[in-house]
Amino acid sequence: MSTQQNATVIQFATSPTAPRGRKPLRGLPSRFIGLIVPIVGLALWEMLARFGVLPANTLPAPSVIGQTILELGRSGELWHHAGITLWRITTGFLLGAAAGTVFGALTGHSALARRLFDPLLQALRNIPSMAWVPLFLLWLGIQESSKIAMISLGAFFPVYLNLSSGISHVDPKLIEVGMVYRLRGLQMIRRVILPAVLPEYLVGLRSGLGLAWMFVVAAEIMGASRGLGFLMIDGQMTGRASIILASVILFACLGKATDLLLVAVGNRLLRYKTR
Amino acid sequence: MSSFDVRNSSLQLERVSKAFGTNGNGLLALDNIDLDIAPGEFTCIVGGSGCGKTTLLRIIAGLERQYSGSVLLGANRITGPGLDRGLVFQEHRLLPWLTVAENVKFGISELPAAERNARVAQYIELVGLHGFEQSYPHQLSGGMAQRVAIARALVSHPQLLLLDEPFGALDALTRIRMQHELLRIWQAQQTTMILVTHDIDEAIFLADRIVIMSARPGSIKRIIRVDMPRPRDRSSYEITLLRKSIYREFFASDEVPEDYEI
Repeated sequence: MSTQQNATVIQFATSPTAPRGRKPLRGLPSRFIGLIVPIVGLALWEMLARFGVLPANTLPAPSVIGQTILELGRSGELWHHAGITLWRITTGFLLGAAAGTVFGALTGHSALARRLFDPLLQALRNIPSMAWVPLFLLWLGIQESSKIAMISLGAFFPVYLNLSSGISHVDPKLIEVGMVYRLRGLQMIRRVILPAVLPEYLVGLRSGLGLAWMFVVAAEIMGASRGLGFLMIDGQMTGRASIILASVILFACLGKATDLLLVAVGNRLLRYKTR
Repeated sequence: MSSFDVRNSSLQLERVSKAFGTNGNGLLALDNIDLDIAPGEFTCIVGGSGCGKTTLLRIIAGLERQYSGSVLLGANRITGPGLDRGLVFQEHRLLPWLTVAENVKFGISELPAAERNARVAQYIELVGLHGFEQSYPHQLSGGMAQRVAIARALVSHPQLLLLDEPFGALDALTRIRMQHELLRIWQAQQTTMILVTHDIDEAIFLADRIVIMSARPGSIKRIIRVDMPRPRDRSSYEITLLRKSIYREFFASDEVPEDYEI
């Protein structure tokens, strides 16, 4: 039981802490060691780009990409595109996670529901994300609804799978404790099952959010007139590599930020484990 | 004998049988168990694995509902779990997301808050865990966690405390300390206690009566009254004699260890 809990804690830690012991580099706090290679790489890249070794139109210098982001911010384009992408992610993730929660709870709780829905959902899960795009565009048009549906689909499966298996694996010994205190139905769910399943549920939400980001890129690349994915395609069409790279960096930062938000909420809810 | 609390009623088991498996060809886990337990009495049920002792306890707890015969607590037939019976399992089974205080509070959520908090404090004090109210189960040792489980089982003022090998998972020294603790709690609370164990010494140290069970089918082989004053000296001559006579119930006489106490 405790090893299982530890495993979840590890999954929820933002990054593994460096092993203790002798410091490999004298005088440098060990958590900065991971920054050495990226910084050296960036410096090298910058130098090679400035001396004209790298072609400026396909691989511009980091400083140029930084400048592009600043300019995008100044002109308001950045907020425009990032804003719509964030809106799509939020809506799609919430819808998908909600559906995943309903179906996960249902199939985790009732064997009949599991037999009815689980085989179909497991089969659907194996369809690659991009394969849905033409169908959704055909069904829902090129407007927001098709994109939201894509993102919801991405968020749905991890939430569904984790919650469903989490509920069916709640320690029967703890359920028996609930029975001793005559908990039934909703009371049992609220006081025993829900808290017991929370770690797995949060892991599901987190991977659901990760997939939602993957699906938003897919949706925005396939057909959008706004959003960071559109910005990338726009950069490609107009041959501006700095715009593409700036979008990539923005995706990375926003994805990480939303993930950290979820981790913070999760760690707060699970703080009993780390005390 | 100590004077028994009047609010406690006696427990009566009459012709209790329980078969696992369906349509009659299953294993007979319990075969016609008759047992009367007086209010305030400390009973230990001893037997090897598979003798049905845990099943018997679970029937009394109301967790096993499929059985024949009758189990009466006072005038009420036991048909399911209830707050008039507290249960302590072999594992502490505390809810890992609740603090010690919240775990103890778990069983009495319908009481008014002020009384609830007072009782929780009282029972945490009783099991000697004052100062650990805000700790989580994973921060406690096995013995401490089992004390919390005892507090949780007692906080609803049950008439009957059922303990299913409660110290079986503890190390030998902690087990002995917990046996002393349990006696102290029993003397303070005067709750009727039924403790299931496979540890003969534990039963001799604790019980007013020792119920010896045998397996296939699970039945009562012998009931021994232990009228020695407490605290009992584990190495006294009477205890040694008693231990030898209980050993004989389980092993052929040539297997009885003669001098294992030196």
